[in-house]
Amino acid sequence: MAACCRKLSIMNIEEQSAVDLGRRIASGEVSSREVTQHYLDRIAEREPAVAAFTNLADDAVTTAEQADQQIASGQLRSPLAGVPVSIKDLLCTASLPTTCGSRMLREFHAPYTATAVQKLLDAGLVVVGKTNMDEFAMGGSTETGDGGATHNPWDRQRTAGGSSGGAAAALAAGMVPLSIGSDTGGSVRQPAAFCGVCGLKPTYGRISRYGLVAFASSLDQIGTLAHYVEDLAASLQIMAGHDPRDSTSLPDPTTEYLAHLDQPVQGLKVGVIREHIDNPGLDADIRDGVIRAQQALQELGAEIVEVHLPHTSHAVPTYYVIAPSEASGNLSRYDGVHYGFRQLGDSGAAAPLDAMISRSRSQGFGPEVKRRIMLGTFALSAGYYDAYYKKALQVRRLIAQDYGAAFEQVDLLLGPVTPTPAFGLGEKLDDPVQMYLQDLYTVGANLAGIPALSLPAGFNEQGLPLAIQLQGPALGEARLLSVAYQLQQQHFFEPRIAECS
Amino acid sequence: MNQTPYKLVIGLEVHVQLSTRTKLFCGCPTAFGASPNTQTCPVCLGHPGALPVMNEQAIALAIRTGLALNCEIASVTKWDRKSYFYPDLPKGYQISQFDQPICGPGYLDFADPENEGETLRVRLIRAHLEEDAGKSMHDEGAGKADSQIDLNRTGTPLLEIVSEPDLNSPEAAKAYLIELRLLLTYLGVSDCNMQEGSLRADANVNLHIAQGDTTVATPIVEVKNLNSFRAVERALTYESQRQYSQWQKDGRDITQAPKQTRGWDDAAGVTVAQREKEESSDYRYFPDPDLVPLHIEPRQLEAARQALGDLPAALRERLRYAGLKEYDANVIVSQGRSMVDYFEQAVASGAPAKRVSSWIQQDVMRTLNEQEISIEEFSISALQLAELLQAIEKGDIDNSRGKDVFQYCLQHPEADLDSAKAALGIEAVDQGELEALCRELLAENPKIVAQVKEGNVKGLGALIGAARKKNPNADPKQVRELCHQLILADA
Repeated sequence: MAACCRKLSIMNIEEQSAVDLGRRIASGEVSSREVTQHYLDRIAEREPAVAAFTNLADDAVTTAEQADQQIASGQLRSPLAGVPVSIKDLLCTASLPTTCGSRMLREFHAPYTATAVQKLLDAGLVVVGKTNMDEFAMGGSTETGDGGATHNPWDRQRTAGGSSGGAAAALAAGMVPLSIGSDTGGSVRQPAAFCGVCGLKPTYGRISRYGLVAFASSLDQIGTLAHYVEDLAASLQIMAGHDPRDSTSLPDPTTEYLAHLDQPVQGLKVGVIREHIDNPGLDADIRDGVIRAQQALQELGAEIVEVHLPHTSHAVPTYYVIAPSEASGNLSRYDGVHYGFRQLGDSGAAAPLDAMISRSRSQGFGPEVKRRIMLGTFALSAGYYDAYYKKALQVRRLIAQDYGAAFEQVDLLLGPVTPTPAFGLGEKLDDPVQMYLQDLYTVGANLAGIPALSLPAGFNEQGLPLAIQLQGPALGEARLLSVAYQLQQQHFFEPRIAECS
Repeated sequence: MNQTPYKLVIGLEVHVQLSTRTKLFCGCPTAFGASPNTQTCPVCLGHPGALPVMNEQAIALAIRTGLALNCEIASVTKWDRKSYFYPDLPKGYQISQFDQPICGPGYLDFADPENEGETLRVRLIRAHLEEDAGKSMHDEGAGKADSQIDLNRTGTPLLEIVSEPDLNSPEAAKAYLIELRLLLTYLGVSDCNMQEGSLRADANVNLHIAQGDTTVATPIVEVKNLNSFRAVERALTYESQRQYSQWQKDGRDITQAPKQTRGWDDAAGVTVAQREKEESSDYRYFPDPDLVPLHIEPRQLEAARQALGDLPAALRERLRYAGLKEYDANVIVSQGRSMVDYFEQAVASGAPAKRVSSWIQQDVMRTLNEQEISIEEFSISALQLAELLQAIEKGDIDNSRGKDVFQYCLQHPEADLDSAKAALGIEAVDQGELEALCRELLAENPKIVAQVKEGNVKGLGALIGAARKKNPNADPKQVRELCHQLILADA
């Protein structure tokens, strides 16, 4: 990175990567307070048009001032100390409500902070707010949340993608330099693709899920979104690692992601997924983006080969059995008894109990959440378990084996993130299957537990962002990030902020 | 067994609260009796985003119990979610074990309460770990319908031990439970306090009624709320009679009625039908994705096996080998390992086993009861007792003076046998002294002398009492014999 030596003006803060901002804050060139205030101003200006946030932190400036003091006294040494960040409203925060985009938790204040968020706080990042999402992360358009739809900053009539739509839109609109999301079937990568930003879903277990409100526990993974690949690396570095509170979290990483961004691409084998490219439903501009990425990687010295993931066509059905099954269990706790939404009867009484639970759940959850709870409940029912849930687990294993076989041939996989660029608001709400098919290229990484990254690949004629996806073997984040970083250095894509006009 | 026109068939499901310091999936304490909802955290409250983390100690205790119950221990075991809605189940599912329990088939032998010297065996189907639910307290008094929930118990580790229907009488069911509790106590895996709910039993009961060449089985009833050994015995007796008269009334067999759940009402002495679920419950078990499957290594099992220690059955054998009757061996073993140690130390120091056993069962246990202490806190050591009992055995002290020494030692913990004897004025009475004493007695009691001469020896007892008034150290047995001899010689 060419060091920029002139004093930062407020005007070009948003052109800086989070890592650059961190460096300049550390050197005293600019204060966390100034940077934070800049983003808060942007939020004040653009949030009404974008609706990326569910709640904003009133104390962000105070927090930034504290960070400045701690940085000055040498207590904070993280590369992102003092940098503002937004948190998807699915991660618990003791300081702000955690609504999960649901009426069920509209008033809910978690009594604790998620491990990943706590690590960011400990590293001195400044949380500016919680971002909007599909209710309980179930959706791909950020339209189904309690607070309404988030608008795509590149075209307000279109969705920001989902479920981490608020996280991606906040970045695209220049309201934050870094966003934390979660990805169960593509919920980081698809909105990143729709909004023209980078998004990383790490290996399952790479970041502790403690405090990430569960949608589908075996698929959920916290992810990170930013304009710059280096920011994905730096934020992953902070959040990754074993957590004694999460039995499924992996041991601490052995690689310094940020320090390995310059690993050579020369000699790497990159597989292009035939089944993904050949799909007739794939948008021509996106296919073109993949081909351009292919060329860029060749120029960097990579060898491009063709690979097959033969069970690709089963990925979406498999996902839509496993995820709702786990969700039906995970969401059983919202019963109106201990916390969250409770609907009393007409007479004002809670009793009878069954009726209270039923009313609270009927009215506290939106239609998509109820649809998935019912799907999952059905799939786990006596007499259907073997045909649905158990079968889905078997297919999941085959899908994971496909990836395993592919990674014996190649170092990385290249393909699209989504079949189309951002679709219109309301366009797919009445057709859940069309909405689910959006996940075709992303759910595989969740089912296999591998890391995957969404990278911008320019814009189409309508000015909508295009994107490509890189996938790597489990714990292959360092390689994924270094290849993505060098594509960015090669100007395969340029970070851009939407005008929001 | 009473002669009944049917065979009673009973299987028991026993929930044992394992004595871990913390809960099964979080760090909250498991102590009983804290103020409601003070031993909770986001995990056991089922808060959004919170995750369970397995307690290794609970696994170790389950393995220990399984080995003692002769169970096959799984090399791979896993956790499953059992889904149902209830206010004291904050997650809407209980983390349990469905198809891969930690302990597979096993058995427990115990003495047949109805046939001295016989042994009964209950085969065990499985024992699995699960988390306890919270406690609902319904206040329906004064027209109110308030319910309160205490989640302190939520997440406490339970081991559910499921037996085959191998029990055929209320007495056998009770005896099995008593043996199981004793075993668990020896293992130190649970405090087995039934009042506090650390040991809870549910019974599945029906009757096999002989009808000519065939047998009719009555519908199976699950009896819940058996909170004491006595309740188990009473409830099963009641339930068997109830099922028989029900069958006589409606003739319905197991194929004609669904399994029913009935609760034992201890005060009323009856079982009461509990609300039938509208539909058969479907718990929708599936593997809990928040927890990883558990692999139990052979090395870990071997270590656990080595650490089992002596169990009640083996100790009873040992005590019988030492010379005790089955009944006496059982009484001592039932007092717990420390009492067995106390017994064995006393015997090892040279005191005769039977005498030790009888003193333990009378004087020692009575004192422990009166002082409300355990044998570990008892002030007379096994060695002291052994010394005393040896002296009695040799005839240095008679039994009755021995009890005086025992009492003296209780009051003077620092005293040894010699100082106790000195303090009590116990000293040997030589033959001349004894003869003089006897002659004096005979002279004072001519009536008795006359009776004895006529062959009526009953009166000799009165002489003993009189002798001890004159000299408390006079050995009653010797006094009796010598007086008898003197009278006969005189005749």
